[in-house]
Amino acid sequence: MTVLTRRAAAMLVMAVCTVYFLTPLWWLFVGATKPGGRGVGLWFDHFQLGSNLHAVLTYQDGIFLRWLANSIAYTVGAAAIGTLLAAMCGYALAKYRFPGRETLFNIVLGGVLVPATALALPLFLLFSQAHAANTFWAVFLPSLVNPFGVYLARIYATSSVPDELLEAARIDGAGEVRSFFTLSVRLMAPALVTIFLFHFVAVWNNFLLPLIMLGNQKLFPVTLGLYTWNSQVDQRPELRGLVLVGACLSLAPMLIAFLSLQRFWRSGLGAGSLK
Amino acid sequence: MRGSRSGSRHLAAVGFFITPFAALFALFYLVPIGYAVVQSLYQVKRTGTFGPAHDVFGGLVQYRRVFSDSPFWQSVERVQLFGIVQVPVMLGLALILALLLDSGLVRGKRFFRLAFFLPYAVPGVVAAIMWGYLYSPNLSPFTAFTAHVHLLGADLVLWSIANVVTWVYVGYNMLIIYAALLAIPPEIYEAARIDGAGYFRIAWSIKIPMVLPAIVLTTVFSIIGTLQLLAEPQVFRSFSSAVSSTYTPNLTVYATSSVPNFHLAAAFSVVLALATFVLSFSFLKFTQRKGVQ
Repeated sequence: MTVLTRRAAAMLVMAVCTVYFLTPLWWLFVGATKPGGRGVGLWFDHFQLGSNLHAVLTYQDGIFLRWLANSIAYTVGAAAIGTLLAAMCGYALAKYRFPGRETLFNIVLGGVLVPATALALPLFLLFSQAHAANTFWAVFLPSLVNPFGVYLARIYATSSVPDELLEAARIDGAGEVRSFFTLSVRLMAPALVTIFLFHFVAVWNNFLLPLIMLGNQKLFPVTLGLYTWNSQVDQRPELRGLVLVGACLSLAPMLIAFLSLQRFWRSGLGAGSLK
Repeated sequence: MRGSRSGSRHLAAVGFFITPFAALFALFYLVPIGYAVVQSLYQVKRTGTFGPAHDVFGGLVQYRRVFSDSPFWQSVERVQLFGIVQVPVMLGLALILALLLDSGLVRGKRFFRLAFFLPYAVPGVVAAIMWGYLYSPNLSPFTAFTAHVHLLGADLVLWSIANVVTWVYVGYNMLIIYAALLAIPPEIYEAARIDGAGYFRIAWSIKIPMVLPAIVLTTVFSIIGTLQLLAEPQVFRSFSSAVSSTYTPNLTVYATSSVPNFHLAAAFSVVLALATFVLSFSFLKFTQRKGVQ
């Protein structure tokens, strides 16, 4: 094979895969611009994105907007706080020797291997006992815990924060906590964005926990809301169009987060598997 | 860090760093696991047919039910079959795409990387709704195909779901492997090229062995993901009558808990969590012994 045919073969594989990965998203976008439920073709036909958006956003007193806001609240809050807590714990595991360090790390690693869905049911039973099952906190609080983030933070802290620098800060009289927030966090920043992104995706996609935990529609994240609409299509056919427009709309915040953070995740993504 | 002296000196700081995570981890990971184990050891007894229900200790009664519950074990076999086929296909595709991106043969790497990664931004529920329509015999843009091949029928629906999962996760796994490929120092290839090794030879003998830890990591996460399968089949229940309420182990847990039979559902949860843990842990240990990591 000449270099030219190799190149052509490689580009062909890439092109076929691009069609596979992007066609469904393109179809969803085109479908969202059509009159309700006529999502058949791959090209525009009676373009009415504006009135479709209006229909979704005003259906049932604007419940969809509420779901989107809930998802953002659950996700941004949990990912931001969760990343900070994971970073602090992983950093301590990497940079200090203390009794029980290995035990703690092994328990956290075990947590990575336990499927989060196995926790949803017992969490529901526990929150029910506390009369807090059908609340914002029942979904938010468990979402804060990210053992894989601790694992990644430990690897990143070991490789990106030099001991000599911390020693120098100590000699300058800086406390340990201050060194962490002023020095180490900056050095770990690209890694922290990666942890944040993973955590963001995990909470945004979370389905079983809200499904089990929540009965009140007003607390639903957008995934659960769309699922509910989709399972009612047989009784209420007008929902078919709304599901497609809503699904399309629900992707927007995540795509924005992805595109704006891609500079960071590109550099940090692989480090977890290198050590 | 130098020994225990520096450790005890900073014990207060260590406590400050660790306590918030450790407390939440204990509350929302360890306590629920313990609680599930305790709940699974109880059963509901009624005094008389219509008398008040109350919980009594039942020992391993629920576990006996779990092990004699044939729909549950059918669902376990189903996800095993799913995993044996879907995980290698997905990771194989991810590896090929990562190697192609890294081969120097491809123009527009940034575009392809983003295009393949984009489906990862789509939640499982939304991906399943989307593909559900694409598979449908009368709503799909590909009706010429879907009207004749019943992608939502009992024979194919498992593989239709496998395609949804593959579509979402190939790009994510590709990026992890690709990042590992980028970390290989290029000097290593020089010697091989001088010896006359071509693209395939370099990929097979140098690149793949060097990114094996990344492949192991993605395999472990894929195994965990397969056993957890829930959102996609749950959504497909409204597209296909072939997806029962006990189609995957996690659907069984959900269906049992909505009966409600919490004790039995807790026992299912415990068995499932234990099985996942043992499987992914032994895969890690197995590859470690083989000297991969």
